[in-house]
Amino acid sequence: MPPLLNASGCLDALAAPDVARSLDAFVTKTVTPLPRDGNAPVRIAEIDCGMLNTIGLANPGLDDFVCDTLPRLLELGVPVWVSVGGFRAGDYAESCARLDDEGVEAIELNVSCPNVESPVEATEEIVAAARAATAKPLFTKLSPQLPDVAAVALAAARAGTDGLSLVNTLRGLALDPRTLAPVLSTATGGVSGPVLRPVALAAVHACYAATGLPIVGMGGVETGRHALDLIAAGASACALGTILFRDPDAPARVRAELARTAFRLGLEDPLAARGLAHREAEMPLPSETKIPAKVD
Amino acid sequence: MLRREAPSVVAVEPLGAYSLLRVERATLECGDPGQFFMLTPPGRTLPRAFSLCLAPPGELAFLVDPVGLGTRALVELQPGDRLPVLGPLGRGFRLDVPRPLLVGGGIGIAPLVYAAERLGRAPAILGFRTPEHAKAASLLQGAEVVIEPTYVTERLSPGRDVLACGPEPMLHAVACLAPSAQLAWEAPMACGYGACFGCAVEIRGRLRRLCVEGPVLTAADVVPAELEAA
Repeated sequence: MPPLLNASGCLDALAAPDVARSLDAFVTKTVTPLPRDGNAPVRIAEIDCGMLNTIGLANPGLDDFVCDTLPRLLELGVPVWVSVGGFRAGDYAESCARLDDEGVEAIELNVSCPNVESPVEATEEIVAAARAATAKPLFTKLSPQLPDVAAVALAAARAGTDGLSLVNTLRGLALDPRTLAPVLSTATGGVSGPVLRPVALAAVHACYAATGLPIVGMGGVETGRHALDLIAAGASACALGTILFRDPDAPARVRAELARTAFRLGLEDPLAARGLAHREAEMPLPSETKIPAKVD
Repeated sequence: MLRREAPSVVAVEPLGAYSLLRVERATLECGDPGQFFMLTPPGRTLPRAFSLCLAPPGELAFLVDPVGLGTRALVELQPGDRLPVLGPLGRGFRLDVPRPLLVGGGIGIAPLVYAAERLGRAPAILGFRTPEHAKAASLLQGAEVVIEPTYVTERLSPGRDVLACGPEPMLHAVACLAPSAQLAWEAPMACGYGACFGCAVEIRGRLRRLCVEGPVLTAADVVPAELEAA
């Protein structure tokens, strides 16, 4: 089975430990070197087929996170991935160096939050700085808004990322129907939910073809079918985001649906679907093969 | 432990400008007055937060003001439709107060109806925009009702332990008049259980999650000290 995670910022494991334990790994909300209150309210808005958020990387800061939050997360008994963010490469390096000795399973480099200022350096430089600071597995989280996400994924691979997290939210805007003013305090926010699904699929598809790296696919996953699509496009793991807001039981449900959906296609393990969207047109799925294939 | 079920809708009853949405209780707990539930309207991405209004035997009842896409979808539900319900969530009112006074504004009267039931008998002042909205006051027998341009804050009697819920300007006014008041606050909320950080409001000078710290706050949590002193 492909691992099932949460998308960063879509679950607080300390507030809902049972939900965290229903995942194969818990990904923290993004941590920055200094504490951040986050953006002013209003921070969320529903849109057709999705939502907008502008939380703005609210977090207690690296010191408080490592000394107070992380020890409690590690007690939950679920592997912990820490999402780190910042405004320059040095911020990422500082956080990675600090986490290098901690019992975290992996570090996600959030270089693509649409609700705060972008880091000064290019993704490649941030990954290189983080790589020099830690031996932990690094997953670089990219924006689907990049003109050529596969090129940036390749650059991240050259700089030493171990995998990719695809995708972050897209920048979007919602207006109040009564006032025609932006709903969110920052005007624009990150689009997530079902509307993001085809965008995520395209990014995973392109980055798998370009890099072959492990990919955590995310973006509008609500059912096992959606997760299987991401795997077929090239994801090796999936993460749940917006669906967790309305259905904290989603991890168990999606996992069961994923197994059933794959089985119906003749796949014993959903992971066997990885990359199938890239196969030659004449290559059938096991379920399409009337006579079992001969094995020499 | 989060509890989520999809119980059947029993009825949607018009009540002036509002509607009372009654669903089967299933295995859900009623919780404390002021706690809330997340209801997912059909066809919407996000659930909506509602405090419990009434707890008839075997049912949960919520007061709905059909003002947007989600709330309109809720009042269009038919008996027998399934409605995903998560809760109860958050921190409710403390009921161990010697001289309770329930102060509600508009749709904010909802948790006070359940609070009155749990308190036994408690005086209440309810304010509304229009006589049509004020029809919902029938849920709280014996309540004093005021309609704009009269405001509930004009009728607050001193020395009472105020439990209030209503629009933000009303809550700020109540907080200034009754520093010991318990105030049920509201904010746009995507999850209701601390996951999304969307419902941040300024509490004790910092942005904090209302679903975790509230929704019932004290006046001291939300009113800057200098304003209170003034």
